[in-house]
Amino acid sequence: MTPEVVLPLRRGLPIVALCFVAMIAAILIAPFIGSTPLDPGRIFSPSIAFADNVDAQIFFVARLPRALAAALVGGTLAAAGVVFQGLLRNPLATPYTLGVSSGAALGAMVTITFGAAWPLGSVEAASLTGAFVAVMVVYFLATARHQGLSSTVLLLAGVTLNAFFSALILFVQYLSDFAQIFRALRWLMGDLDVVSYRPIFSALPLVVVAFGLFARLARPLNLLTLGADAASTRGVDVERAQRIAFFGGSLATGAAVSVGGPIGFVGIIVPHLVRLVVGADHRLVLPASTFFGAAFLVVCDVFARTILAPVELPVGVVTAVIGGPFFLWLLVGKRA
Amino acid sequence: MRLRGFVRLAQLEMIALRLLIGSIVIASLANGVMATPHGLIASWPHRLTAAPQAQPRRIISVIPAVTEMLFAISAGDQVVGVSSYDTYPAAVASRERVGALLDPNVERILALKPDLVVVYGTQQELIARLDRAGIPRFEYQHAGLADITITIRKLGERVGRAPEADRLASAIERDIADIRTRVSGRPRPKTALLFGREAGSLRSMYASAGVGFLHDMLEAAGGMDAFADVQKQSLQVSAETMLARAPEVIIEVHASAGWTSQKIERERSVWKALPSLPAVRTGRIYILADDLMSIPGPRVAEAIRRLARALHPAAFAAAFAPQALRRAPPQ
Repeated sequence: MTPEVVLPLRRGLPIVALCFVAMIAAILIAPFIGSTPLDPGRIFSPSIAFADNVDAQIFFVARLPRALAAALVGGTLAAAGVVFQGLLRNPLATPYTLGVSSGAALGAMVTITFGAAWPLGSVEAASLTGAFVAVMVVYFLATARHQGLSSTVLLLAGVTLNAFFSALILFVQYLSDFAQIFRALRWLMGDLDVVSYRPIFSALPLVVVAFGLFARLARPLNLLTLGADAASTRGVDVERAQRIAFFGGSLATGAAVSVGGPIGFVGIIVPHLVRLVVGADHRLVLPASTFFGAAFLVVCDVFARTILAPVELPVGVVTAVIGGPFFLWLLVGKRA
Repeated sequence: MRLRGFVRLAQLEMIALRLLIGSIVIASLANGVMATPHGLIASWPHRLTAAPQAQPRRIISVIPAVTEMLFAISAGDQVVGVSSYDTYPAAVASRERVGALLDPNVERILALKPDLVVVYGTQQELIARLDRAGIPRFEYQHAGLADITITIRKLGERVGRAPEADRLASAIERDIADIRTRVSGRPRPKTALLFGREAGSLRSMYASAGVGFLHDMLEAAGGMDAFADVQKQSLQVSAETMLARAPEVIIEVHASAGWTSQKIERERSVWKALPSLPAVRTGRIYILADDLMSIPGPRVAEAIRRLARALHPAAFAAAFAPQALRRAPPQ
């Protein structure tokens, strides 16, 4: 039953465990690092009221939600990247390839621009709505005249929608005033300063559902790398697996983007780095990418908020500075 | 293989689009976005171009602050075109709209046959086209508060309203000096002056930093800028930075007027998430929702007065109306 692409699981499991430990360590250590020195004794001191305890507030209100948001977003984007790369059978696919992020960006932009005049709810909710609309449009375009989900048609639909939504974003920006354009731009760069746990909790159920779907995908994705026909002769319900991958990946991406904006490159760097170490077995790549992606973004966010303190870099700039050269190396180095 | 090539192309296309969006916005930032259309940016000296005419009759202004200046120095009748953001004074409603700082509509500007166009120093493209069309222009840039009255006087000379402009500028200077006197000697509370924040949360907070128009206004109003050490016009402030700087007063200025008291109350209560901030403990959080707070024009003294009243209520216990306001017709 075990197909030939799958490498021995046992060899990879310690690496998955290592990634998990890295994630936990990053989440626990990151809140202690920052532009303001904190006294650990004061942070956890029960004798100081929380309302008076600046150290505790910086720790629990400013930094801890940030670290958790970074872990949630990083892990989710990395896993979604793995799923999309498997679904589209393309190493350059990202969570944003199929238009989810441009839908989310359009939703966020409309709220930032018209929200005051015409209350549309929070930016988070609007970006989720935009992502949902984009996903549905891509899905119906891809299935309208074709049996199943052809990855070529999915790509075409996704890329076209990306272009179209980008045009709509430009149009909305044209109607915005300067402060709104500035805010919108910063949203596009990604920002994890969530200041409360609310955005994390509201995205969590979606992320849990998405990972529930991912858990069923590891084997089908392994077989799909052989091609749809080969997978189907090995007993994979290809259409169903593709649908689960598409909706699971989109759900995860939409939830992650609603928390932190469209933070780039996490969904492509992390899966590739992980594959270099554990090989191509999705049963290893998926969990390892999730944990490593979480740790990676937590560390990137620590850099973002400390390098130029008190000025903060958007975390998307940090991931892009690391990710851009990596992406090019992938494009040139691996194709030569 | 075909598919892979296609994806590569598609990725590049996506990146190109992002870059396009990015570059447009970055270009606008370079033009001094945080400045808003009104322009709070770095400057160089004012330049007069083309031979000054006695009194231009068809003036176009693409910046709200300039439009306000022109109307305040009795040159309103000479104005034929205004920016798309202009709302004050009410008479602008009858003027042609010609775009704004970043997107001036050159065709409409030319069609109005102006004999003077007031442009901001960063509008190089518009300037080049005006020069090609041989249309006289008045170019200016602002770095801070002091530039406002300088520009008013120069503009007055240029449009043949020098005495009026001098009277207005002097009145503004007197008002600001008066406010400075009233607040002098009083302790200057450490103040975070915010001009942006995501509604209902403490995300995406933007504060005035150590240079520029808002910073100068805050200093004139007797506040100590909590971010004065950051040599930038503006700064995105994280919750951590806010907690670390511990401002005693938080003032939010919003360009959109007409906030209900419930909305103001709701937005003030958002700050309870950071209870250790001195401003939160003492309740010294003020929300000033009026476009005049962010327009570096003739109403700047009134804007400073509102800041000063929030910072030093005791100094303004007695009735006080600035001279520039007393002169201005009621809106």
